[in-house]
Amino acid sequence: MPPTIATLDGNEAVAVVAHRTNEVIAIYPITPSSTMGELADAWSAEGRVNLWGTVPSVVEMQSEGGAAGAVHGALQCGALATTFTASQGLLLMIPNLYKIAGELTPFAMHVAARTIATHALSIFGDHSDVMATRQTGVALLCSGSVQEAHDFALIAQAATLRARIPILHFFDGFRTSHEIQKIALLDDADAAALLDEGLIAAHRQRGLDPEHPVVRGTAQNPDVFFQAREAANPFYLAAPGIVADTMRSLGERTGRRYSLFDYAGHPEPTRIVVVMGSATETVEAAAERLNRDGARVGVVRVRLYRPFDVAAFLRVVWGGVESIAVLDRTKEPGAIGEPLFLDVVAALHEGWAERAPGRPMPRVIGGRYGLSSKEFTPAMAKAVFDELARPAPKRRFTVGIVDDVTGLSLGYDPEFSVEPPDEVRAVFWGLGRDGTVGATKNTIKIIGEETPLHAQGYFVYDSKKAGAVTVSHLRFGPRPIKAPYLIREATFVACHQFDFLDKFDILETASPGATLLLNAPHGADEIWDALPLEIQTGLVDKRMKLFVVDAYGVAKEAGLGGRINTIMQTCFFALSGVLPPDEAIAKIKETITKTYGKRGEVVVERNHAAVDRTLAGLREVAVPAAVSGWRPRPPIVPLDAPDFVQRVTGVILAGKGDLLPVSAFPVDGTWPTGTSKWEKRNLAAEIPSWDPTICIQCNWCALVCPHSAIRTKVYEPAALAEAPAGFRHTPWKGPDFQGQAYTVQVAPEDCTGCSLCTTICPAKDKANPRHKAIEMVSQRPIRDQERANYGFFLDLPEADRSGTSRANAKTSQLLQPLFEYSGACAGCGETPYLKLLTQLFGDRAVIANATGCSSIYGGNLPTTPYTTNRDGRGPAWANSLFEDNAEFGFGMRLALDAQQGEARRLVGELAGRLPQAAVDLLQAATGRTEPAIRAEREAVSAVRRALAGADDLPGRRLLEIADALIHRSVWLVGGDGWAYDIGYGGLDHVLAQNRDVNVLVLDTEVYSNTGGQQSKATPLGATAKFATAGKTTPKKDLGLEAMSYGHVYVARIAFGADMNHTVKTFLEAESYPGPSLIIAYSPCIAHGYDLRHNVEQQQLAAKSGVWPLYRYDPRRLAEHQPPLQLDSKDPSVSVASFQRNEARFRMAEAGDPARHRELMAQADRQVANRWAVYRYLAGLNPAPAQPEATP
Amino acid sequence: MKLTTRYLGLVLDHPFVAGASPMVDDLGTVRRLEDAGAAAIVMHSLYEEQLTRQELAAVHHLDSHGESSPEATSYFAAPPSFVLGPDQYLDQLRRIKDTVAVPVIGSLNGTTLGGWLRYAKLMEEAGADAIELNLYAIPTDLRESGLDVERRALEVIGAVVGQVSIPVAVKLSPWYSAFGHFAKQVDDLGVGGLVLFNRFYQADIDPEQLEVRPRLELSTSAELLPRLTWLALLSGKVRASLAVTGGVHTALDAVRAVMAGADAVQMVSALLRHGPEWLRPVREGFRNWLIEHEYESLDQLRGSMSVGRCPDPAGFERAQYLQVLQSWRHR
Repeated sequence: MPPTIATLDGNEAVAVVAHRTNEVIAIYPITPSSTMGELADAWSAEGRVNLWGTVPSVVEMQSEGGAAGAVHGALQCGALATTFTASQGLLLMIPNLYKIAGELTPFAMHVAARTIATHALSIFGDHSDVMATRQTGVALLCSGSVQEAHDFALIAQAATLRARIPILHFFDGFRTSHEIQKIALLDDADAAALLDEGLIAAHRQRGLDPEHPVVRGTAQNPDVFFQAREAANPFYLAAPGIVADTMRSLGERTGRRYSLFDYAGHPEPTRIVVVMGSATETVEAAAERLNRDGARVGVVRVRLYRPFDVAAFLRVVWGGVESIAVLDRTKEPGAIGEPLFLDVVAALHEGWAERAPGRPMPRVIGGRYGLSSKEFTPAMAKAVFDELARPAPKRRFTVGIVDDVTGLSLGYDPEFSVEPPDEVRAVFWGLGRDGTVGATKNTIKIIGEETPLHAQGYFVYDSKKAGAVTVSHLRFGPRPIKAPYLIREATFVACHQFDFLDKFDILETASPGATLLLNAPHGADEIWDALPLEIQTGLVDKRMKLFVVDAYGVAKEAGLGGRINTIMQTCFFALSGVLPPDEAIAKIKETITKTYGKRGEVVVERNHAAVDRTLAGLREVAVPAAVSGWRPRPPIVPLDAPDFVQRVTGVILAGKGDLLPVSAFPVDGTWPTGTSKWEKRNLAAEIPSWDPTICIQCNWCALVCPHSAIRTKVYEPAALAEAPAGFRHTPWKGPDFQGQAYTVQVAPEDCTGCSLCTTICPAKDKANPRHKAIEMVSQRPIRDQERANYGFFLDLPEADRSGTSRANAKTSQLLQPLFEYSGACAGCGETPYLKLLTQLFGDRAVIANATGCSSIYGGNLPTTPYTTNRDGRGPAWANSLFEDNAEFGFGMRLALDAQQGEARRLVGELAGRLPQAAVDLLQAATGRTEPAIRAEREAVSAVRRALAGADDLPGRRLLEIADALIHRSVWLVGGDGWAYDIGYGGLDHVLAQNRDVNVLVLDTEVYSNTGGQQSKATPLGATAKFATAGKTTPKKDLGLEAMSYGHVYVARIAFGADMNHTVKTFLEAESYPGPSLIIAYSPCIAHGYDLRHNVEQQQLAAKSGVWPLYRYDPRRLAEHQPPLQLDSKDPSVSVASFQRNEARFRMAEAGDPARHRELMAQADRQVANRWAVYRYLAGLNPAPAQPEATP
Repeated sequence: MKLTTRYLGLVLDHPFVAGASPMVDDLGTVRRLEDAGAAAIVMHSLYEEQLTRQELAAVHHLDSHGESSPEATSYFAAPPSFVLGPDQYLDQLRRIKDTVAVPVIGSLNGTTLGGWLRYAKLMEEAGADAIELNLYAIPTDLRESGLDVERRALEVIGAVVGQVSIPVAVKLSPWYSAFGHFAKQVDDLGVGGLVLFNRFYQADIDPEQLEVRPRLELSTSAELLPRLTWLALLSGKVRASLAVTGGVHTALDAVRAVMAGADAVQMVSALLRHGPEWLRPVREGFRNWLIEHEYESLDQLRGSMSVGRCPDPAGFERAQYLQVLQSWRHR
């Protein structure tokens, strides 16, 4: 029977085998492996069974360390267990891998290999994680394509049972894990044939069982440990043979034959490249082409890297070979060479004389390629072969970059190509929200499953959460596609966003004669003049064809809003000719029905209607013989941007970061702050406009803005003399800053258009209440005017930070935000808190940021949002890891305290040389208020002036550390995944220390960054990944746990529920000289509603008792008050009234209404119980009756 | 005492029917309704407009953030059983059918002809014993005439009647300029019943916040009067059976409604206020009233005070309005 053909990505290809061949799956989400766990969970949730007819138990743990521990335990009790992970997650599993291997436990795990964070985090692919496990005793099995990943998942599972050595099966993160390919699926019979039931029984027999108990995991002494460790040697000697046998068995069943090492290329090669992973296909493609041109080159693919079988390796290396290059996708600084290189050298040294008696040992060189998914192309592979041909090749090299510092990089000819002429290669530029990626995935499925053609898809995303740019790469052709690199010679380019033409070099990859499909608001007769010069030039020079469609117009007519995916997909099929038009349209409609059927018929019908309308709107535009344009593409960053931004940031923004040489970069991962202001993204079609005649000057609009794109200022009216015409202002109303002018100003090119400000604005025109003080208006017509206004606004002096007599929501927004224009989602519920933090304390803040959304929008290149004030002061920010952020920030506090202590000691020692006033102030300083900090800064300046030119050690030393005398506000920032789960142990320990740290938990109640997996902060009844039917346990009460220490300031806030409370809490927490914990309710796209309503939802959360506001301040004990103050009133609306507005709860209801009702009842009880506890702690009488649940 | 009545071609033990309400969302409440003696149960309406919005919103909120980050292809679990559209409603309809022995009537409020037809057919397939078309929409388009509104409604009703083989009831509002004429036209389309009248959310104004807030108050017995008028005027003049809804809170309310011509009496507000069990004393009170007043059967009572049979038919005509006012003044 022919195998089932499916079109899927590497993660799914692996998960489908792992789920079928295991009983216990313990996981923790981490990019790029998360999908494997999510799929396994979804399949188990729908009752899909494994080979033995049981539904595998899929559990999400609190960290990868936890997942490894759970798997270890499951294996010890005889279950077939697996896990999926990557990168830092794999590092956390290492201790258990030693154990599992040391105990000779059959175990196959699957790793989407990803970069380990060093000078920076990277979510992308290389082998640095896997290479960190090679000492643990696990076998390392590497697959290089989606088909191989599928096959090797089974090979690993089968071989480990026989070998009793755990097998870590890995494949390239993103390049393989996320590449979509057409593959032949293994079926149950294949799995059953390879998995030996006797071996499974033996594994079970070894499991812990009180019926025949054993003890495992003893502690051993010097007398025996060593020998016992050596006792496992025979298993390692046998393992390669077992893996080879298993590969053979699979080959006999499927025809897909693999060996421990496979050779491809000239039968008598003079040059060989040794490589593993997806790059093997790239090198093979280059070798094939070079051999056609008369070269004698070949490739050795490494499949089983550990245990390294020297004999098997040497068998595939021809005895006459002259030189060998070994490519490693990892970097091991300080080593003689990278690991695969060293192993190859050792293998040759050990076995060459026997392999090729009398022949000279080939020269071996080693190089690095492809770190963090750096492109590795056939041209780069050719460069390696070329290097081998040189009389004196570089012994160590890099390829794919320009290393102008140590000169290691190989040059390559970017024109070298192996792309077959009979392949269609299409590149689609889109926005995340326009559905381009989803449509391309559907296109691949249609081509892959409805035609005999082979298809491949790969997707590149930028790191912004709002307005993310996506580039989809689609190849299809008559032969299997082995091209694990981006398309360089596209036959078809589609630009789904007209604005991209002004930002990106979208024709760079177009080959001569290619087709450009444009979604444009311009008709066919006017489009040419609307194109920037560079695009016209590209079209003319490459003799391209041009087609245009107004997809947004079609979408609007069909009632689809901004979703243009099916429209552009229809155009692609019409132009590519891959299927006859009628058939293509039928298939597209079928896919639409399949994709959206679950969402209801209306969506399906509207998409079908859009498909039907599309072709009528698709027009070919005759490309003139010559360029006639006058408008060049505008500069990527303004010409007045700093040099670094021009030279480096601007190049990255233009999508040309690959071209930057090594010398362009900081050597230690240290980057300048405040670069987001140079990236004018112009994402919003509509932006807020301010009417000063109605405004009541509450400043709520500025407080809720997630992107600091609407700001307020008070200033001397005289400053208005220089104002551009049309700059709006009004006299300030308020007790402080009397007589000053006031302006609410939008940053027109930084606003994301979330419209939260207009929703929250309470100021309505009495005669026409539809008109508010803040209203959304079309951006384009006012862009230039508002740009000028905003520039003027920024230049206005900042308000005196000491000038306000009370700090509240209104006055806080007169302070300059030092966190601006981040890449966070439109309507993000986290960033208003961070912005406020920087407004209140930014000039003295040191921030430790746990990995997650806040570290991505806070620190992901190309531009970062933390910035400085006019004095150059601003938050100093660092990210260490996900799991250690509390300890990381705590360490910062220790260092700052130590420096401050030392500086004070020196001030005392040098008091005679310093102004007495400064000495007195600095030795006694407890400054936390604006005037106190200003005084500290002045005193430090006085000390510096007094010590200027000092050449004695104490004097020099005090000069070095004098800044530590100024109060430092240390903030530990992270999400609930960090604080409730992976970092909880550390957070708990740090809170238990009595040091002055401020913890801000941005609680979205879910792992937001990795796509909505449940955390222990997820509320009862909410659906999330790994809680598909609705979470059955209540949210952990982190605040109550922290209160139990007694010395921790604890608060629960929600800016939308009470803005003044939020501001007051930040000030109190920061002023508290011990540990402070603020748990901040943070609406998120993973909650499933339009975030422009997030303030209303926060109000409901507080009113329903779901998110009660409180402050627990240990200082109140001194006033004989209960430390806990409840800042919310008794619940006055039902929990349901909050939950029914969010899809995360509605999905649970839709899935199983009866179960949902039961969860709702539990949620009601839980809210009531918790409220009663809080009232008791706050010294209040028993709680009143709860509001009735809504019928 | 024989209280049997025929409504929508269904033979009911007595005229008391649980009208359209959220009570049907909970199977326990549905059981209580049956235990309290509801002769039939009407589901709350399936709103096409709501479904459409829900479906579009689902795409917007659940799908539009997906496929735009390298770290997350989606932000929501994909439960296999989670579907939008009418399935949830239809599933509940099936469950209620499995739970109770009395007839279950689906209720539908459409916005497009296609929607009315599709959902009516789906309800029939799901096992509904009848369908109540909840014909209510505020004609906000100032260019649309009363005739246009009626024509549109008749088109929908005619199409649904032609599409399904189960009985169709039409729940009407009184806001037609010539309600009787319109009701007759509806009757001519072959509907099984007319339900008088539907009640809906009304816009209220929040003077502090300058916002419009839709409100729905539970009915009172006072609302029964316009219904009595039109029951009395239609009784015996239309082929369709008649049901009253809105304003029946007590046994005596029901007596008056049946006297005016109602074949069935739908109760909602009273049951929401007092619980499903309220139906039992009302039903028993109704029966006792008939016994006490020596009626032999329901048939004797039904329509006895309709325009065709009441002693003073002029009382139901326009002059009656003045008389009521005058009599009020005299007190």
